[in-house]
Amino acid sequence: MGLVHQYKNNGYNIVLDINSGSVHVVDDMVYDIVGAMDQGMEKSSIIESLSSVYGREQVQDGYGECEELIEGGQLFSRDIYEGAIEAFTERKTVVKALCLHVAHTCNLSCRYCFAEEGGYHGQRAVMPVEVGKQALDFLVANSGSRRNLEVDLFGGEPLMDHQVIREVVAYGRSLEKEKDKRFRFTLTTNGVLLDEEKMEFADREMSNVVLSLDGRPEVHDRMRPFPNGTGSYDLILPKFLGFAKRRGERDYYVRGTFTRYNLDFSKDVLHMADLGFKHISMEPVVAPETEDYALRPEDVPAICDQYDILAREMIRREKEGRGFQFFHFNVDLSGGPCVYKRLSGCGSGTEYLAVTPWGDLYPCHQFVGEERFRMGTVYDGILRQDVQKMFSACNVYTKPACRECFARFYCSGGCAANSYNFHKDMEQVYELGCALERKRIECAIMIKAALACDQTMEETKRS
Amino acid sequence: MKHIKTLDTVRLQDTVKKGGCGECQTSCQSACKTSCTVGNQSCENK
Repeated sequence: MGLVHQYKNNGYNIVLDINSGSVHVVDDMVYDIVGAMDQGMEKSSIIESLSSVYGREQVQDGYGECEELIEGGQLFSRDIYEGAIEAFTERKTVVKALCLHVAHTCNLSCRYCFAEEGGYHGQRAVMPVEVGKQALDFLVANSGSRRNLEVDLFGGEPLMDHQVIREVVAYGRSLEKEKDKRFRFTLTTNGVLLDEEKMEFADREMSNVVLSLDGRPEVHDRMRPFPNGTGSYDLILPKFLGFAKRRGERDYYVRGTFTRYNLDFSKDVLHMADLGFKHISMEPVVAPETEDYALRPEDVPAICDQYDILAREMIRREKEGRGFQFFHFNVDLSGGPCVYKRLSGCGSGTEYLAVTPWGDLYPCHQFVGEERFRMGTVYDGILRQDVQKMFSACNVYTKPACRECFARFYCSGGCAANSYNFHKDMEQVYELGCALERKRIECAIMIKAALACDQTMEETKRS
Repeated sequence: MKHIKTLDTVRLQDTVKKGGCGECQTSCQSACKTSCTVGNQSCENK
């Protein structure tokens, strides 16, 4: 297992100490020193071989700085977590988040929908209020001492029945005081039915609102048409702009999906930024290779170029005081989650469950409709402890590919549903998704490095 | 240091002792839904 990950991006030489999470921006000489150390070369050989390029004194100096970092546990640090994670994953888990499928029906016919236009391989339905309330009762009863509980109002399109949402949220609020819990509701919507009343409600009650928008009008309309084939961009955009303005600094995301039809997706992200949206997410489509819009392994270099373009542009805009957030480039280096969270996976099947309109429980929204993963109901609780155990046992150390990957502390082993869908095995990984995740992490860290180095230069100038 | 600038980062080793409370957000309950990203999330137990 490698201990450091080195890369060059946008003129920065970056050394990531994988196991401590330390990030070092280094000059060319130290970059070469670390590379030689990583190959197992002895100190004397490294100094000898690099002296002709950089000068003996300089190399000795640089080597000394590396030794200082090693001493401080910030370079070539060891993985000390495996035992701790095993014990952690064997703990008794509680449920702390539900994805509530308020409606298994939709008013758009998005071509790439994993929910098959809202139907999820089954009948179309809207969740009765009683099922929604029971789901919250189930969550409270199974959440142990966890105070923060998350409920995503999802679909299909959840606004297909706003009354259910209103009543379920009101019921959640009534439970908060009584049970000493705090519900964080989120809403994911395509925007078609958003109106003043629903926006006011969402703004007041939702911790986060995810607005589905794919970018440029022609890109969005190609993949997100109404059932009659006409595009939805013109209808939803004014609503989303209005909502974002109302929302101000509070959480929302415009979230898009890019496909093989817009491999130049940086233009879509920037289109949304130019419209004034400040929180943007753009996900690679996940689809079988048989689909014409599916991403293919040969597309990876072009997609990586797009991430580079986007990263450079984001730095430029940030320096100009008109920056925006791109979900996949957000990385919290100085805080961020603890190592348990980073290595034990997303929580699907254990801490996080999806609830169908009729109250069935699944490991997550992407498993809904896969009969062998149906875990129980909100009335009977979890009946399939075997499925739960399969998910809780899954972590980066059980996945051979993750053990060798520098990104394991940032993606926590990737998406279980992607692994299952592509390999029918959750301990395999979805390679294309991994390649893109690695690139995004490199870009995210480079952005931090660029902004930090810029700040240092400013401070030096001032002093 | 003359040749190395270390960014302000938390040492993951230091999170072993106090971590694992589980109060943090669930990874998918955000803007992804089809991938898994945890590095950008916040600790609720600082």
